[in-house]
Amino acid sequence: MNPTIMRLTARALLGRRRVLLLLPMPIVLIGLTLLGVASEDEYVTAGDWGPLVFGNLGLAVILPLTALIVGSSALGLEIDDGTITHLLTKPLPRGEIILSKLTVAWLVTTAATAVPLAVAALIAGSGALAVGMVVGAAVGSLAYSALFLALSVMSKRPVAVGLVYIVLWENLLVSFVDGARVFSIRQHAGALADAIGDTPLVDSSLTVLTAVLMAAAFATLGTYAATRRLRSFALTGEAN
Amino acid sequence: MNTVELTGVSRWYGNVVAVNDVTLSIGPGLTGLLGPNGAGKTTVLHLMAGLLAPSQGEVRVSGEPAWRNPAMYRNLGLVTERESVPGFLTAWEFVLASAKLHKLPDPAAAARAALDVVELRDAQDRRISTYSKGMRQRSRVAAALVHDPAVLLLDEPFNGMDPRQRMHMMDLLDSMAGEGRTIVFSSHILEEVEQLSGTVQVIVAGRLAASGDYRHIRRLMTNRPHVFTIASSDDRALATALIGEESVSGVSVTAGGLQVHASDYGTFTRAVAKLAKARAIRLTSILPSDESLEKVFSYLVTT
Repeated sequence: MNPTIMRLTARALLGRRRVLLLLPMPIVLIGLTLLGVASEDEYVTAGDWGPLVFGNLGLAVILPLTALIVGSSALGLEIDDGTITHLLTKPLPRGEIILSKLTVAWLVTTAATAVPLAVAALIAGSGALAVGMVVGAAVGSLAYSALFLALSVMSKRPVAVGLVYIVLWENLLVSFVDGARVFSIRQHAGALADAIGDTPLVDSSLTVLTAVLMAAAFATLGTYAATRRLRSFALTGEAN
Repeated sequence: MNTVELTGVSRWYGNVVAVNDVTLSIGPGLTGLLGPNGAGKTTVLHLMAGLLAPSQGEVRVSGEPAWRNPAMYRNLGLVTERESVPGFLTAWEFVLASAKLHKLPDPAAAARAALDVVELRDAQDRRISTYSKGMRQRSRVAAALVHDPAVLLLDEPFNGMDPRQRMHMMDLLDSMAGEGRTIVFSSHILEEVEQLSGTVQVIVAGRLAASGDYRHIRRLMTNRPHVFTIASSDDRALATALIGEESVSGVSVTAGGLQVHASDYGTFTRAVAKLAKARAIRLTSILPSDESLEKVFSYLVTT
C-alpha cells in the first residue's frame, strides 16, 4: 500500500462536493429509528419496524449507495478527468495502486455507514446490534468497495452498472429467486449483523460462514479484476 | 541508451487505423513530432509512453518494452495534452507527490529542483486551480521532470501558450535536450517549432511521412508552391512583369485581380514588391490563398 496515493485519494474524495451526498441518508436513518422507537406499544413491536429501518433502509439502501458513491469515485474520478495518467506513469505495481484506493474507499464507506447504523442501534436500545451493525457494515463495505472499484476500471458507466446490481439483483431478483441472495453483499452484511446483534430488529437467512466466505470472495475477486484491468489500462477518448 | 524505438507499429480502433506501420528511432536531443490534427500524434506518444498497446509491432524505450511495464517510468516522463491537473493541490504538493510516487530518496529536494527548472517556485504554494494555462502546463512539466528522466515526452506543449511562454518553454526543452536527454514533443503548427533545432518526424494520416533535420523541412516549407490573389493599379502590366519571374509558374487575369501561381513561396514574396516598384505599379492587396495545414503537410510528404 502506498501512503501518498491514500492521502491524495482521501483528499480528492472528501474535498469534493460529492461527499455531501452522503449526509442526508444517515439523518433519515436516525430520524426513522426515533420514529420507530416512539411508535412501539403493545401492538407494535421492535420486530415490526426494525427490519424495515435497519434492513430495508440501512443495509439495503444506505450501505450500497454510500459504497457506490465512494467506490466508483476513488479511482473513477481520476479516469474521468484524465489525471489517472499521473498515477499510471509512475513505476508503481498496479496492485499497489488498487489496494491503496480500495483501503481508502473501504475506510470512508465504513465510517459513513457504520457510525449512523451503530447510533441507530443504540437508540433502539441494543448494544449488541450496534456491534453487529459495525461489523456488518465494515464487511459489507469491503466487498462493495472492491466490486465498485473494479467496475470503475472495467466499465465506462460504473454507477449505472452498480445501480443495476443493487436494484435488480439485490432487491428484485433476491425476492424471487432464493439462491440469488448468496451473491448479494447486502445479505452478507445482514447475516453478520443478525448473528452478532441477535435481536428481532434485523432478520437474515444466510449462515455466517456463507456470508463471510462470499464477502471475502467479492473482495478478492474485485481486487484481482481491478488490478488486472489496470495493468493493461489503455487511455481512450482523447486519442486522435 | 536513451532511445525510443518503434518497430512496425500499428494501432487501430475497430475499423479506424490511427497509426499505420510506423518505424522510427529517436535518440538524445530534441525531436518534433509534426502533423495536422487527427494525424495520430497523440496515439504515437501514448504508445511511446506505454499507455496504449500497439495492435501490431513493438515499442521500446531505452531497450525496454513500453507496454505493461511500469518499471519503465523510472526513465520516462510524460506531459499529456489534456489539461488534467488535480486542481485541489498546490504545485508544491503536486510535484512533491509525484516525487514520492517515484520513491525518490529525497522527494523534497527533487520537487524543489523541478519547480526551479520551470520557474514556478514563487507560485508553488497556490492551488493549481488558480493558475493560468501556462503555469498549469509548467506544473505538469515539473511533475514529469521530478525524477530526472532520460526520456521526456510532451504532447502539444505549446498549445494555448502566449509567445513569451512559448519562448520560455522552447528554451527549456532546448536546454534539457542539450543535457543529453531525449525530448519528444508533438505539434500541429509548423511555425511553432521554427525556432527549434533538431530533428523532425512528420506524421500524416497515421503514417510516418517524412523525417529528418528541421532545417531541411523548413526549406521545403518556404519553397512550396502557392497561390496569391493580387490587386494593383495596373493588373495587366503587373501580369506581364510577373510572368518573366522564375518563381512564377502562371498568371491569370480575373475580375477580382490577378491569380498568381508561385512555384516558390519564399522567392516570390521577396520579389513581388521590388518588381512592382520598378514599374511604378501600386500594389493594393496581396492575399495568399487559404492554405490548410493538411495541404502543407501533404506537400511535404510528396517531396
